[in-house]
Amino acid sequence: MVGVDEQSFPPGTYDVVVVGSGPGGLQTNYYLRRYGVRHAVLSADRAPGGMFQRWPIYQRLLSWSKLDAPVPTETRDYEWYDHNSLIAEDPGHRGLVPACMSREFVVPSRAEMEAGLATFAERTALSIRYGCRWESTRREGDVLVLGTSDGEYRCRAAVFAVGVTEPWKSAIPGIEHVPHYGEAQDPRAYRGQDVLVIGKRNSGFELADGLLPWARRIILVSPSPVHSAVLAHTTVRARYLQPLEDHALGGGTFAVDAAIERIGLAQDGRFFVRAIGTTLPGTFEVSADAVIAATGFRAALGDLSALDVATVENERLPALTPYWESATSPGIFFAGNASQGAPGLRKNGVSSSSAAVQGFRYNARVLARHLAERHFGARSERPILAPDEVVSTLAGDLARRPELWAQKGYLARAVTLNGGLRCQDEGIVPLEHFVDQPGPDAAAVTVETDREGRIFPCVYLRRRGSLREVALDPHPLNAFDGKSYRGELRRLLDL
Amino acid sequence: MVDTDSLARLALFGDLTAPQLEALAHAFAEERHSRNDRVLRQGLSGNGFYVILAGEAAVRIEGQERARLGAGEFFGEISIFTDEAVGADVVVTSEDLRCAVLPGLELKQLLIRYPHIAVRMLEAGARRLRNANRWSA
Repeated sequence: MVGVDEQSFPPGTYDVVVVGSGPGGLQTNYYLRRYGVRHAVLSADRAPGGMFQRWPIYQRLLSWSKLDAPVPTETRDYEWYDHNSLIAEDPGHRGLVPACMSREFVVPSRAEMEAGLATFAERTALSIRYGCRWESTRREGDVLVLGTSDGEYRCRAAVFAVGVTEPWKSAIPGIEHVPHYGEAQDPRAYRGQDVLVIGKRNSGFELADGLLPWARRIILVSPSPVHSAVLAHTTVRARYLQPLEDHALGGGTFAVDAAIERIGLAQDGRFFVRAIGTTLPGTFEVSADAVIAATGFRAALGDLSALDVATVENERLPALTPYWESATSPGIFFAGNASQGAPGLRKNGVSSSSAAVQGFRYNARVLARHLAERHFGARSERPILAPDEVVSTLAGDLARRPELWAQKGYLARAVTLNGGLRCQDEGIVPLEHFVDQPGPDAAAVTVETDREGRIFPCVYLRRRGSLREVALDPHPLNAFDGKSYRGELRRLLDL
Repeated sequence: MVDTDSLARLALFGDLTAPQLEALAHAFAEERHSRNDRVLRQGLSGNGFYVILAGEAAVRIEGQERARLGAGEFFGEISIFTDEAVGADVVVTSEDLRCAVLPGLELKQLLIRYPHIAVRMLEAGARRLRNANRWSA
């Protein structure tokens, strides 16, 4: 038995305290150490893995890790083919999720994902204080005080990587009788039953797909229609395919656009659900043996609302700045899944990809650098680039840089121009921060998606305080480092 | 997702039934901004359609204030309809601004589905035009 003070990170004063040991917490921990920020990491769990210790309940993950790729697994370019592993500077610490996967599927099982994360924590020798539950938060002047099951932690900035893992139900009369997705039973328990699923998004369709071999009839209900044309281009499509096909063929599954008015529970244990159509008008009533609320999750914010941490999306997510700081409560940052509270510019309706490991693993590195520089006076290297190097760096990033491709329209590569004489590499920054920040003449590039779903490079120029956006043409093979793109960059940047 | 009550309070959605409001609440996302934040940026494209739920914002062109917008008012529709870059900055002037935002490419479909919202927008547009004409006369 290890005593409270013999474990890593005993209660006390640190520059930064990180809460959580899921992928967001591990990645933040890794990069804070890398940037030399004195920090503690606390987790209520007994082992790394976060939500992947519990979810998804029926199925594999939706995001893929391709075991054989055109590039070796220990390279940065391999991140393109591996959407689940955490990222690392040491080649030996890369691609650890696929290393834990069998070859039967291109997407990991929950257990394979959990093993990949545990391997990362072990190989990179991350220190985490397990079994230490964050319980309360308060301010004393500029200091944040986190009360935990092991004692008090004081810090100037706290990073909450606690996931979007608290079951959330919409306010429908009678919803209290209905179990949440997280409480759904094994699919076999629904054998021969009529099941009504509230929700037509990922978790609703995960349930429907899992129940198809067992349930007699499945009805999915929510007010908004499924945008199947949009789905076709996303990684979640596999989960929707069979229930939607069954719906289209009239096979006993229904995807209904309706707002549920109330849910009643009869004495024989059957449910009665009354709903009003949205896409098609009309009221209908159905009875079901089981009802499951696949209505999503909210961020586990604890008592942070008492510190004025404002929320969005029906109080489900913290409202965040582009650097993932609470928009209303300074010094409180978020990593991991909750970092989707910063959607970015939403150009063409596209928000950040911070709800998935593939996106938020990059946020953690940008956040760690930001914390080190802005709050603790560190200054990471900003190499001076010759004009030719500026063009090749930006073009190369547009063609290949995983950050730009995973966080389309959110993360950008920025360069300060200084009249082309002493251009300085600013590294990866949130685009929204770049366009709103006054500063010297500079350029930033992003990879974006247009309204037709085509991928194109975009250049943002800040000159004498005013901003200009130039969209470059798409390329059939996305070869944005070709001669014409380099020429265009040289011309736009005046190099 | 926005809470249905916030939408139900606004005249723009005053003609919708409860289930229609709930469908709308699912279609919009919610954003919060602090004082001096920019919500729309002059010169950028691909923006959304914004409806103010609470707070106040200024419309500025080349730094000059042209209008003030409060709860229930909307912005972003002009660049969506004309398919051009945004012509003005929209900057938060209250402590906090809470908005509902719809992707620009979904606005036309929304107005076809709920023509009552289109009529309310036309009425608001007519008032803006009348005021602009008075000022320039």
